[in-house]
Amino acid sequence: MRKRIICTECPLGCEVEVELTNGEVSNVIGNGCIRGKIYATNETLSPKRMVTTTMRTDNGVMVPVKTSIPVDKTLVFDVIKLINKSTVKLPIKIGQILIKDVIDGVDIISTACLE
Amino acid sequence: MTEYAVVVIGGGPAGLAAAIKAWDSGAESVLVLERDTVLGGILNQCIHNGFGLTRFKESLTGPEYAWRFIEEVKKRGIEVWTDTTVLSIDKEKRVFAINSERGVFSIYAKSIILAMGCRERSKGALNIAGSRPSGLFSAGTAQKYVNVKGWLPGREVVILGSGDIGLIMARRMTLEGAKVRAVCEIMPYSSGLKRNIVQCLDDFDIPLYLSHTIVEIEGRDRVSGVVIAKVDENRKPIKGTEKRFSCDTVLFSVGLIPENELTAQAGIKLSSQTKGAVVDQNRETEIEGVFACGNVLHVHDLVDFVSEEAEIAGKSAADYANGVRGEKDCVECVAGESVGYVLPQLIDRKGGENVKLYFRVRKPIRDGEIRLESGGVTIFSKRKKIFTPGEMESIIIKKEDLAKFDSKSVLSVIGG
Repeated sequence: MRKRIICTECPLGCEVEVELTNGEVSNVIGNGCIRGKIYATNETLSPKRMVTTTMRTDNGVMVPVKTSIPVDKTLVFDVIKLINKSTVKLPIKIGQILIKDVIDGVDIISTACLE
Repeated sequence: MTEYAVVVIGGGPAGLAAAIKAWDSGAESVLVLERDTVLGGILNQCIHNGFGLTRFKESLTGPEYAWRFIEEVKKRGIEVWTDTTVLSIDKEKRVFAINSERGVFSIYAKSIILAMGCRERSKGALNIAGSRPSGLFSAGTAQKYVNVKGWLPGREVVILGSGDIGLIMARRMTLEGAKVRAVCEIMPYSSGLKRNIVQCLDDFDIPLYLSHTIVEIEGRDRVSGVVIAKVDENRKPIKGTEKRFSCDTVLFSVGLIPENELTAQAGIKLSSQTKGAVVDQNRETEIEGVFACGNVLHVHDLVDFVSEEAEIAGKSAADYANGVRGEKDCVECVAGESVGYVLPQLIDRKGGENVKLYFRVRKPIRDGEIRLESGGVTIFSKRKKIFTPGEMESIIIKKEDLAKFDSKSVLSVIGG
């Protein structure tokens, strides 16, 4: 199987093709440098994304939040849904864990201070 | 009249970094004037990550990046007046401002730092046919609604313009449950960062229509749809290529313009290329002791470089206030082939330090040569694989080369 990945490591944006054999990367072509090879491999085998969103507080004000680590791309919408179901109490400190282990060991962390 | 060594207009990323640096460079007193209730400027609504990769070697969100600087301002006890709007400044470096506590007041400053940032180009500047129903927003307004207010401005969205804010909002609206039908870009390339194209559009299968624009907005009370069309090389719509999308919301992400009303009113010369003040490498404008930095000077794509530039202005402002700045000997530096603008536009040959020249190309170029020439002499030359208008470029001019600058030097990118 072949997968086409646009490398985002630099503005060149190489179109890299990754060949998969039995679920393992057997060949990478089209990458301009080694970083492109690593990026395309990770992006093919387990694409991950940081999720940044907002969470409602008890007085209605929104607090910006992020996941503690990048999450599997396929879980992004699940994470957002779980965050949107919850509210948190003020005051909130930057870096505070607002939801422990929301999914697969990922925490939700505040990225701002709110009084 | 109240007097401060340095008055900073604007408490966003540029103003904060400038104030900190002015203080650390020995300014006796520093005052930051901010029209919003809180410091941080636009970073407060930019909740996505990717800020600080150059400066802090980590990927911070906008509020986290701002917080680091706000803490530094607090630590130093730098004076900050929020909810304060500056009305005008003049050549005597008086700052006229208004807030609910003091009414209209004026302050005398030894140095002024302009750090008012930029604002979005509005849809009014575009001349799109159709009525004006509700559901039309600038991308930044929608960003504030979603991220700060917690309101979703619509369910079905078409975005005009593929600048970074537009791309970021395509993802943000999608995550909150809206359906983004299309992103249209009039140019044959996107001005947004590559990683944003991949992570904001491709990740969610949002189509990007390059060389397309909106030719009609439908709807009376609320937007009900838009018609887009392909454009020719002169950016004129081609008949017969129209496509209709039903939607209840249109976001405009069609460029940023430095907010220079105060600058222009004070009679400071503006550049037609950057829409910001003409400055030398210390970020000093035509008026002695008035400095500018950040997006009010030229629109940056990364905040890291806003902070870096603000620190130059902050140090220069403190030096000027302390009377330690020497005489200047400025010559012009202009944009040549394929270059949209060069900043600074003036080079002080007596500067005595290395100078970082920022520039932007007009169109994407592969395998080009950056060349800086002055009086028939090449001062700097370097090859680079790729240039895009969306990414600001820079070169370093060594201090010993400053003497080589003739009355006018030209920066070009050749090849491609």
